[in-house]
Amino acid sequence: MEWINAIVQGVLLGGLYALFAAGLSLIFGVMRLVNIAHGDFIVLAAFLALSTTSALGVNPLLTLVIVVPVMAVIGYVLQRGVLNQTLGDDILPPLLVTFGLSVIIQNGLLEIYSADPQKMNAGAIETASLALPGNLNVGVLPLVMFGVSVAVIAGLQWVFYRSALGRAFRAVSDKQDIAQLMGLNKAHVFGLAMALSLAVVGIAGVFLGIRTSFDPSIGPGRLIFGFEAVIIGGLGNLWGTMIGGIILGVSQNIGAQINPGWQLLAGHIAFLIVLAVKPRGLFPRID
Amino acid sequence: MPEALLSTHGLNAHYGDFQALFGVDINIHAGEVIAIIGANGAGKTTLMRSITGLLANRPDMVTYRNTPIGALRADQVARTGIAMVPEGRQLFQSLSVEENLIIGGQIGRKGPWELEKVFRLFPILKERRAVPSTALSGGQQQMVAIGRALMSNPELILFDEISLGLAPIIIKSIYEVLPDIIGEGMSAVIVEQDIAKALSVAGRVYCMQEGRISLEGRSNELTREQISAAYFGV
Repeated sequence: MEWINAIVQGVLLGGLYALFAAGLSLIFGVMRLVNIAHGDFIVLAAFLALSTTSALGVNPLLTLVIVVPVMAVIGYVLQRGVLNQTLGDDILPPLLVTFGLSVIIQNGLLEIYSADPQKMNAGAIETASLALPGNLNVGVLPLVMFGVSVAVIAGLQWVFYRSALGRAFRAVSDKQDIAQLMGLNKAHVFGLAMALSLAVVGIAGVFLGIRTSFDPSIGPGRLIFGFEAVIIGGLGNLWGTMIGGIILGVSQNIGAQINPGWQLLAGHIAFLIVLAVKPRGLFPRID
Repeated sequence: MPEALLSTHGLNAHYGDFQALFGVDINIHAGEVIAIIGANGAGKTTLMRSITGLLANRPDMVTYRNTPIGALRADQVARTGIAMVPEGRQLFQSLSVEENLIIGGQIGRKGPWELEKVFRLFPILKERRAVPSTALSGGQQQMVAIGRALMSNPELILFDEISLGLAPIIIKSIYEVLPDIIGEGMSAVIVEQDIAKALSVAGRVYCMQEGRISLEGRSNELTREQISAAYFGV
């Protein structure tokens, strides 16, 4: 029974990892940019939520209304102002610049918020749980977060394959010059992609800050989880990323069940096994 | 002659240190079809890239309706009413046939061309509208590329090497529909290596050689000897 419980909790945790990964996957798909600062943006979003909730005295879940659009604007401005200048045939400049951003964000947050771990309290919903048959208890909040993750992935999937914006994303990703000939300004399209990516990061950050304690240094760890979820699922496949997140979450919880010290290790081992058996991930779409 | 629709003025173009165009002057008038011929590497595609804004130039080196457009980005040039059927088709491989056409029309210029009209011109595309563009034959891909350019309702359409890599029968059928397309009052520039094909549809011809215009004249007035000399430089 403990094992089933570990698996169920792992699945729910996997939803959060899928949120970490979705934005990463999106911008890699559109502009082949690997955002090393992705995890730090998640932490930045969590601190933004913290400041909002303490300034306005509202439930942290409500800060989504502010954090998500603010992160989207940061994403657009960052892309137009900085990252577009780094894109080209060479993949090194965007890596270096986002690595620099990662350092800047971590130290900025450290300066403002100190290194103390923080946590946001979402009130009664945090302790509410559903009793499932077989003596299983599932927290309402993790369940809600998982539902939101699935909805976000489904929404991104719809945007990417069914909307005019997604058509523009795919066209620019395929052939930048030709897309420009069709009247798509790639600088703007890239800006919108980064805005969407960081909007998802906003949701991930708020959820992270409610679920666990966080401090300015944990960003790179979240980046690794995001990377692993993307690679396990296969590049360019959002539902694959969701499954990758779940595999990672379940492995971590099973590891923790065996020995609490093995939680992270088990996740990494699962990742390495997938990488060894299927180097392109379980459900690759990008060739 | 009325005022030109599009002109280049002493157009020089560079790729890094390499100069690809040297003082190119061409004029295209409203409703006119011109051909640009020349061997590989003569600068034809560079000229197309300069006109469409894929290669940035000094603003006054390219003028469209007396407005300098030489320094505009390609998406801005597209909005002024210039469309291109690029060399090698260059369809978006992640998009279906229909999506490729819609992308062409998304700048929203008003005019007669819309999805259904492209499908009437190329009925096979309607049948295959939902398949990925990569699943089409070369000739069908060229139809999509032409349809995609038409969807923006351009005043000037550039065809860059439309017969390159296609079977003769396909080339013939594509040249058969060209008059229908251009008959809508559009101006067109046809870049070709096949001189006979180019002369058959164009009123005037520019021949390029090593980045310069080596010959200019009306299609029906130029002799084969003149063209050979300008084409090969012998």
